[in-house]
Amino acid sequence: MMRYEIDPKGVTLTPEQARSRRLRNIAIGLVIGALVVLFYAVTIVKFGPGVTKPPI
Amino acid sequence: MSVIDDSSAGASGFAAISVAEPRDYLALVKPRVMQLVVVTALAGILLAPHPVNFVIGLSALICIAVGAGASGALNMWYDADIDALMRRTSKRPIPTGRVTRTETLTFGLVLSSFAVVTLFLVSNALAAGLLAFTIFFYVVIYTMWLKRSTPQNIVIGGAAGALPPIVGYAAVTGHIDIAPLVLFGLIFAWTPPHFWALALARTGDYGNAGVPMMPNVKGADHTRLEILVYSVILAAIGLLPYAFGFASIVYGIVSLALGIEFIRRAVLVFRVREGEAANKTAMRLFWFSIIYLYVLFAELLIERVLFVIGAMR
Repeated sequence: MMRYEIDPKGVTLTPEQARSRRLRNIAIGLVIGALVVLFYAVTIVKFGPGVTKPPI
Repeated sequence: MSVIDDSSAGASGFAAISVAEPRDYLALVKPRVMQLVVVTALAGILLAPHPVNFVIGLSALICIAVGAGASGALNMWYDADIDALMRRTSKRPIPTGRVTRTETLTFGLVLSSFAVVTLFLVSNALAAGLLAFTIFFYVVIYTMWLKRSTPQNIVIGGAAGALPPIVGYAAVTGHIDIAPLVLFGLIFAWTPPHFWALALARTGDYGNAGVPMMPNVKGADHTRLEILVYSVILAAIGLLPYAFGFASIVYGIVSLALGIEFIRRAVLVFRVREGEAANKTAMRLFWFSIIYLYVLFAELLIERVLFVIGAMR
């Protein structure tokens, strides 16, 4: 059974918990970055060349 | 400084801190199944009669793969109880305690929503609807209902695994045609002998978990007969891409050779029924079935890539 010591200033992560959280955050950051690139590329393709010719 | 333990953690609202790493979440999406989905969906995409925009095609493929991964995660969420009882699945993230069921459910729901909505934005409503139906069919119809209630579970449930080529084709064309339906039939006919060969060698495992696989319910001998029948049907369907004209004579020859070998191994499974030799024969058919599908789809992909390159010149 896990026992947690609660510091009045907040929760203290164990080294394993801190490491796994850092790895998850890096993975989430990479995925979000890839999604940004994907949506950017798809938007350009969907709009096509007409996006550079504003209506008069 | 106050101390609490797990028994009071819930009451105090203090949730356990996760120690799951990205590889644990990767395990949830069943990467090997995703690989197969990518290959089969890509075949559907490349079957399109007109050149496909690379960005749109790649985006659609990613959405379909993520949708498949979401299905895998939701399957692991629901089957956590029986996964813990089976040797083959006991090392999955939930039985080992690396990820909780709630985290898995949330992960699966977020991924499936993202995949369907993004596919709608990238391609069209038909493809998004088909992907949503695929996820629904695999999670609700197969995982929650059929898997624990009938020995025909993987026959009917196999439809979910056979849909990616249709989703891929619909994503880049906006409609469904005979070619992706043939690929659907190919994977649909492949699923029973593939999984029943595994079930023959893992009867104890499935029995421990109470899963009504064909060998556990109808017996090994009946299962061997059904494997043989489906293998003949599979070999015949494998020739249809050549017969219908969307694959070359090279594919036809490869399919015929592999189909004959598949039937030969199914006959061996039918005849070798006792002892460790029976398990080995069944596992050899299982591994060959994977090679069969990958080689056929690789052949189709190579031909379609060459076709696309030729059309671009």
